Amino acid sequence: MQKRFVSIWFRHLTTDWLTLRRPELKTLPFIFAAPEHGRMLITAANSLAEAQGISPGMALADARAIVPSLEMADHIPGKDAKLLKALGEWCIRYTPLVAVDMPNGLLLDVSGCAHLWGGERAYLGNIIKVLRSKGYDARGAMADTVGAAWAVARFGKDQPIIAPGGQTDVLLSLPPMALRLETEILERLKKLGFCNIKSFIGIGRSVLRRRFGTQLLLRLDQAIGNEDEPLDLLQPVEPYHERLPCLEPIRTATGIEIAIKKLLENLCQRLAGEGMGLRTAVLKCYRLNGKVLQVSVGTGKPSNFVNHLFRLFELKIPSIEPDLGIELFTLDATKVEEADPEQEMLWSPEGGGLEDVGLAELLDRLANKIGAANIRRYLPQEHYWPERSIKPAISLQDKRTTEWRTDRIRPSLLLSRPERIEVMVKTPDYPPNFFIYNGQKHIIIKSDGPERIEREWWLDNGKQRDYYRVEDDEGRRYWLFRSGHYSDEQLPEWFIHGFFA
Amino acid sequence: MQNTRQDIINKLRKDILLMEGFKPPSASGAGSIGLGEIELAFPNGVFPVGAIHEMMCPAPEQLAATSGFIGGILASLMKKGGACLWLSVAGKIFPPAMAVFNMEPDRMIFIDLKREKDVLWAAEEALKCEGLAAVIAELQDISFAESRRLQLAVENSKVTGFILRNDPRKAGATTCVARWQIAHLPGETGDGLPGVGYPRWQVDLLKVRNGNPGSWQIEWAEGRFVQFDKEAAVHEVFERQVG
Repeated sequence: MQKRFVSIWFRHLTTDWLTLRRPELKTLPFIFAAPEHGRMLITAANSLAEAQGISPGMALADARAIVPSLEMADHIPGKDAKLLKALGEWCIRYTPLVAVDMPNGLLLDVSGCAHLWGGERAYLGNIIKVLRSKGYDARGAMADTVGAAWAVARFGKDQPIIAPGGQTDVLLSLPPMALRLETEILERLKKLGFCNIKSFIGIGRSVLRRRFGTQLLLRLDQAIGNEDEPLDLLQPVEPYHERLPCLEPIRTATGIEIAIKKLLENLCQRLAGEGMGLRTAVLKCYRLNGKVLQVSVGTGKPSNFVNHLFRLFELKIPSIEPDLGIELFTLDATKVEEADPEQEMLWSPEGGGLEDVGLAELLDRLANKIGAANIRRYLPQEHYWPERSIKPAISLQDKRTTEWRTDRIRPSLLLSRPERIEVMVKTPDYPPNFFIYNGQKHIIIKSDGPERIEREWWLDNGKQRDYYRVEDDEGRRYWLFRSGHYSDEQLPEWFIHGFFA
Repeated sequence: MQNTRQDIINKLRKDILLMEGFKPPSASGAGSIGLGEIELAFPNGVFPVGAIHEMMCPAPEQLAATSGFIGGILASLMKKGGACLWLSVAGKIFPPAMAVFNMEPDRMIFIDLKREKDVLWAAEEALKCEGLAAVIAELQDISFAESRRLQLAVENSKVTGFILRNDPRKAGATTCVARWQIAHLPGETGDGLPGVGYPRWQVDLLKVRNGNPGSWQIEWAEGRFVQFDKEAAVHEVFERQVG
């Protein structure tokens, strides 16, 4: 999915907050100041103060010289982080992925969210409008990368929404400060006369690295989108993980059972609440001697039933050797899928077919013991070649796309590889008079055929087969075939391929 | 007094039959699975479902014949939906053949196991699963104790089990409700037409609990079991030749 990010910049974060607390400050220029090296330095100024030429970093005495009536409040350390966290949590209504961008911004991963609010313009407009109506002077921008959104929110002149792929063009005209660089690098860039990004973006990477270090290149790449930038999320997506530390080391099978049950109960409760089901789970047992044992189970369809999952683990318990004892159990759901809510059956016919939950659970149990590859179900395939006329079904829900054919009679048992037989044939193109298979001679009394099955030349090449259904003197029926035509040089070979009912 | 005692004994007998999986005949004849006269050999004249049948099939040919016969029975067992499981060590069953016996081969699940012991374990697990119509297990041999475990499983779940034993030399006593043997019979096409004709089998019911063993000759023709009398058929042909 196309990634989209929103960066929100609060220009007067702490002063706005104080204005909300003390409305009488609204019409007065005021600042926050903190003592540093024996003098008061301004840490934040409201818009009225800024209009008079007061900016953060100035000494309070200088500011008082400009505006004698300047209101002053003590700087509250950590207030900005607290405010941003609260604002970020409020923003979770717009997207679940919100990160705090110190010292005065928020970053939102809004991929796939904007359409719910009627487009990107309405989405971003809504966020900014609501923030402003609350009294925060916010600016926002949306772009494909965090870096570009950050830059446009702070330095952008006209458009706050950068179309997908358009971030490079927009960045060109912005000053180097828009790249979130350290002051040292910014000063060096300024000294060398680089007043916007366009002036150095074309310079070779190795040259830039030598002069300005790797940070410039990294920030440039992050802004353009060549490099990923992970967000430090306010509410990280929690993995499906359960822990059970044990006060006393567990050494018995009963103890392990209880531990697994407890873990599963917690996990399944969460899964059921979120409407999810488990496909694979890994149980790790941390032994006292530092070794970690690991068992995993898988299910055929997403499940969040404690009993079913426990029975899968139950089969694996004998393989867990507690040795001196197990002190910690962890359970991870490594693969989770949306589970269909269990539909209540109005009446239960004799067996619910392949959709039966009991059957799915049984197959899970078998699969976990003998391996899923040994459980097979077949669907018809439109091929005459016997080996290709069926294909294994992918899942229990897999439906057949073509009907089973009953017009051509097929043997009940099919040898996986046709076996050579010795035959006596009186007339070419007729079934044999007798054949010898496994040292036993079968005299053929009746026969049907031939049914010629050609090779599918687009799949493989070789000789065609002429199949005969034959019945021997005891009524036993076989499927024989002759491989290829009769020719002068070589007699064709005969094979047995199956047994009829 | 004498009468009531007899009544009590009869009632107990009926209860025991019910516990063993023999259902009393239903008025609508819904219990019939299309085996015709063979069903009369069982107590109450009903083919026992929810019980275990064992079938002797030492050779692959006989296994093929037995699979056909079971296919016909499965068709009626699976009519109401439901799936069946086929457990074996080296399975060679070819699903498309089962379509001839009126069942949907895609509702059969084949499970290949490595050892005989695994087959028994899987069979027991499967027989406990109420959602299944039938479970078929190919086994070399089964001991009395092992068969008892399977019997206990089906008593709760009412799943029908078939055990195909391919080593009849060690055919000891088991708890199975019936022991069958299916063998091929030469087919008939009538009027001396070429071809092999419909599959025909000699069905021997070697043992039936509380029933009458017997032997029948049946044919799978046009989607159902047809019983025929070989003597009569031969006689007819003979008469025609004379005529």
